Amino acid sequence: MQKRIALKVNGRPVQIEIDIRESLLDVLRDRLQFTGVKQGCSVGECGACTVLIDGVPVNSCIYLAAWADGKSVTTVEGIAQDGRLSPVQEAFVEEGAIQCGFCTPGLVLSTTALVESGKRFTHDEVRRELSGHLCRCTGYQKIIDAAERALREAEAASE
Amino acid sequence: MDHNIVGKSVTRLDAVAKVTGKAKYTDDFFERDMLVGKVLRSPHAHAVVKSVDLSRARALPGVAAVFTALDLPKIKFATAGHPWSLDPGHRDVEDRLILTDKARFVGDAVAAVVAEDALTAEKALRLIDIEYEVLPHVLTAEDAMKEGAPLLHENRPGNVVSSFGVQFGDVEAEFGRADHVIEGDYETSVVQHCHIESMSAFAYVDADGRVVVNSSTQIPHIVRRIVAQALGLPWGRVQVIKPYIGGGFGNKQDVVVEPLAAAMSLAAGGRPVRYCMTREEVFIDTRTRHAMKLHLKTAVDADGTLRGIHVQLLSNTGAYASHGHSIAMSAGGKFRPLYDFASVKFEPKTVYTNLPVAGAMRGYGTPQIFFALESHLDDIARRLGIDPIELRRKNLIKVGHQDPLTKNVVRSFGIPQCIEKGMELIRWDEKRRAHLDQKGPRRRGLGMALFAYASGTHPVALELAGARIVMNQDGSVTLQVGATEIGQGSDTVFAQITAEVLGLPIGMVHVVTTQDTDITPFDSGAYASRQTFVTGIAVRKAAMEVRDKVLEVAARRTGLAPAEMDIRDCRIVETALGRVVCSLEDVAMDAYYDRLLAAPITSDTSANVRINAMSYGATFVEVDVDVETGKVEVAEIWNVHDSGTIINPRLAEGQVHGGVSMALGAALLEQMLFDPQTGKALNNNLLDYKLPTILDTPRINAAFVETFEAAGSFGSKSLGECPVISPAPAVRNAVLDATGVAFHKIPLYPQVVFEKFREAGLLAQRSVDHV
Amino acid sequence: MFDICELHEPGTLEEAKAILAENPGLKVIAGGTDVLIRLQHGSLAGAGLLSLKNLHALEEIVMLGDGTISVGAMAPFTTIFQSGLIRRHVPVLCEAAVSMGGPQVRNVATIGGNICNGAVSADSASTLFALDALLKLETSTDERIIPMGDFYAGPGKVNLRPGELLTAVLIPREGYEGMGGHYIKYAMRKAMDIATLGVAVVCKVREDRFVDLRIGLGVAAPVPIRCFEAEAYAKGKEVTPEVVQEIARLAVKPAKARTSWRASKDYREHLIEVLAQRAVAEAVKRGGGCCAD
Repeated sequence: MQKRIALKVNGRPVQIEIDIRESLLDVLRDRLQFTGVKQGCSVGECGACTVLIDGVPVNSCIYLAAWADGKSVTTVEGIAQDGRLSPVQEAFVEEGAIQCGFCTPGLVLSTTALVESGKRFTHDEVRRELSGHLCRCTGYQKIIDAAERALREAEAASE
Repeated sequence: MDHNIVGKSVTRLDAVAKVTGKAKYTDDFFERDMLVGKVLRSPHAHAVVKSVDLSRARALPGVAAVFTALDLPKIKFATAGHPWSLDPGHRDVEDRLILTDKARFVGDAVAAVVAEDALTAEKALRLIDIEYEVLPHVLTAEDAMKEGAPLLHENRPGNVVSSFGVQFGDVEAEFGRADHVIEGDYETSVVQHCHIESMSAFAYVDADGRVVVNSSTQIPHIVRRIVAQALGLPWGRVQVIKPYIGGGFGNKQDVVVEPLAAAMSLAAGGRPVRYCMTREEVFIDTRTRHAMKLHLKTAVDADGTLRGIHVQLLSNTGAYASHGHSIAMSAGGKFRPLYDFASVKFEPKTVYTNLPVAGAMRGYGTPQIFFALESHLDDIARRLGIDPIELRRKNLIKVGHQDPLTKNVVRSFGIPQCIEKGMELIRWDEKRRAHLDQKGPRRRGLGMALFAYASGTHPVALELAGARIVMNQDGSVTLQVGATEIGQGSDTVFAQITAEVLGLPIGMVHVVTTQDTDITPFDSGAYASRQTFVTGIAVRKAAMEVRDKVLEVAARRTGLAPAEMDIRDCRIVETALGRVVCSLEDVAMDAYYDRLLAAPITSDTSANVRINAMSYGATFVEVDVDVETGKVEVAEIWNVHDSGTIINPRLAEGQVHGGVSMALGAALLEQMLFDPQTGKALNNNLLDYKLPTILDTPRINAAFVETFEAAGSFGSKSLGECPVISPAPAVRNAVLDATGVAFHKIPLYPQVVFEKFREAGLLAQRSVDHV
Repeated sequence: MFDICELHEPGTLEEAKAILAENPGLKVIAGGTDVLIRLQHGSLAGAGLLSLKNLHALEEIVMLGDGTISVGAMAPFTTIFQSGLIRRHVPVLCEAAVSMGGPQVRNVATIGGNICNGAVSADSASTLFALDALLKLETSTDERIIPMGDFYAGPGKVNLRPGELLTAVLIPREGYEGMGGHYIKYAMRKAMDIATLGVAVVCKVREDRFVDLRIGLGVAAPVPIRCFEAEAYAKGKEVTPEVVQEIARLAVKPAKARTSWRASKDYREHLIEVLAQRAVAEAVKRGGGCCAD
């Protein structure tokens, strides 16, 4: 069964005929080649496939592509603007929050959602809001440092 | 020694690629006409495939191929990612087929399907008819060795892969002489690597009829050899490409999916076929860490002098040998250059059972043996009434120590400083006093443990590394290595070494991060924490060669002798005067375009590294024990490392953070569980296998004691695997300190902790008056 | 790809009820974090799906005229956690909501889905049990409101009649007003885990005496349960450590814990006592002061 959906991916309108059986992950990777969306477990247990749907972090592996109709989807490819890293990306680079890089796109997106919420988060809240991402390389330490740095900088910039 | 770039926290070269999603991993490459491969797995722990009917599966529209062992060459091959040995006696055990005709664990691969899409492939799997003759199975090493136990492989009586051991001195005599002989049993569980990227490969046959495999591997050159061996092809007819990889931790130091992916493509007429394992498959049919049981018997004097130790080790390797006995032998080799035992007797046995296959995993046998040894030392200290740190200090080896068996010499030994630093950082004495006489449901405790590890595999195996440098017209260089970047940061470290030698800023060193066996210099790959040490030597050698050539061309240009000049920040400088004589670009352009003398500056070298260096370190930890629920949490942890010169402090910290968190997982939470009746995995997914989340991971503190290792490039030694070794025994010793209860098995899972605490009388019996 | 044969995406509740009346065999899907995982694991193969994703009206959280708080069945856990209304009146439900899964899952998983999949480990269930919550169930022709206790039929089984949809969870005023509460999710991990045991306690304390106490347990029996004997014992008793301990001891009584590879019966029962004690103590602390008349 096919369905035609219209959505925005990284700010650009996309119209595409999908198979209703496809996950959003399938469509983003296999059809649109947004390969920054990673597949780690297929069942929402690792967070590698996280994308933002209308600004909200969601596991794209357990989200029907059909549901993305009318939505605005952001993948990691849409974070840098005009070839410039976003402050969140900068923070990940500067803090050394990256090792194998497989969990990185999802974490960059979840952190971006926190920064863009404009809210303040305590240390424990930052950890809680990133707790849907498994990482085996870093022990999470520098990831927390990067997220807090990005939030701190965003707060400073808005003052 | 002062360096410009070595020792600095240079930003990793691939950071931008990874943070923007531009880094392409194996599954991010698409070929036209690509098919999907899926595998049918045995539901039985031990069963012979009696008959196969593939007709229904083959008839399903969209299916390109269905095959079993009967359709493949019957070649047994070894999967371990070791360099090939010219000595047949030193080769890995050849016990594996691409698909098996006899299932040896629940999940063993018996048939494969290639289809247009995953759903069709899965449907086809359900249409394969296989009749099994079910055999009795064994899940523990003890059961497997019993008389009359079912044999997994024909040529291994008693299911013993090997019982080769080593010894020196006369341990029995020491038992007679020593004041005390103290024994203890220790045990570790099956854990899994859990790299977040799955195990994945795709393969196709190219226009020249060669088999091309693109794989998420730590060891591309070894994959090439093993794919060729498994399929009976000349090695040159296989090409292996390794793009970015999403973690390996030793699991990808084994050849797991590549021969099957190649076979799938060959079965489908050479069309591209992707075989990417599901997470559930990764848990059961890649590799795990060996569960080991250790019996330690130690001769010790009343003053704490360790005289001799007898270690009996039983290693459960599962259904196939993989790295087999090498891991037990590695365990036996690493603790000797730490404590000065007059005699050691090491008796390991590696045994087949009907469980998923154990193989290489970060630490390679050492987390297991150090859990046993470092727990044992605390138990001994308690028995003798000696402070556990004093006991260790009393028995340390000294610089210049030569291992009687490997003949490796210890040239740098930072353990005393690591102990001192760790005690200070965690405020050992102060906290130790504060923790005396605790009662009540929440208790704190302090623990520590030491470790030793090697840098590479010498003298056990070949240590060969290749490096190639080409100087570009602008004076920048492009570096190619056969060593693999798997997230640890090796490309960045090699760039730093190159930049340091050549007087270049880091931005002038380009590293080709993809390995392609058609192009890449030969190197066995990422394992044994070897790359900074071994490949670092090759890279330094290649850079020195380029430097010499640069100065020769500069000499031609300036009339100065090469020895009178140096390269500094892209300029050629007359050393004595500090005077710039020309730019590096001038030299490079001469080398490319001088009508008479042009010869681009390149080097292409190999280093055959026949030396080793021991790395050392210690964990200091404070735990918080909830006596009522059995939960143990880490309140504070320090890992202090002697890895020689630290080439990149930030990357080094990253290695420590990741290694410690992996070790804490194994110490407290992680274990693969199997149904004792059927052998089926119970928790082969990331919900039920308790990989620590960000909320389960404490702040991890890394510290370094920088010794200078004469054998390493710029004084460096290994680090990658080191952090995973000592946290588990340190945590166990801290729980002992907090509660007086000695645990002998990891993980300290709440259920088990609860049982032990109750046994020890820490919990009041509940007055249960209902049923 | 998920092995499904059709997907209905009605835009209104009426439409949804009509489709389900005609095709009672359809599998209802809300946030998808349970149904899509089951499909991925090969169960439900070939199913037709009725997606409620577009029924945004069912995401609302409102207070009705009589003080009942109505949580729309399609409200995601994050919405519940962030709801000012819930935070003000039923903070214990916030605790339960934020303990579920991880953030990405909470952003899409709905309270209705969590209840309808019938999992005994559902983080919302034990809390809603303790709050005396009711469920509003609708078909194209009918509507009924039943207590939570009548809904759970067994592990993974709920009393949904053919053609019926859960549309709202109702928390009556008596269920929450003046009550202090605490939810303890005991799991092996602090995120992305299922509970080994869930203990929800709400209580009202006046002049150092228990006026009301309700305890809901998850994963203590095949379905979420209440601890009626412990609750009855508490009423009117002075709040003392001994009384709290006795309440905890009695809380173990209705449990039908069993041994599995996840935890032994013995350990689970021990945990019920330990954690009930802790949860009651904390609920008292939260309920006592601010509720003093």
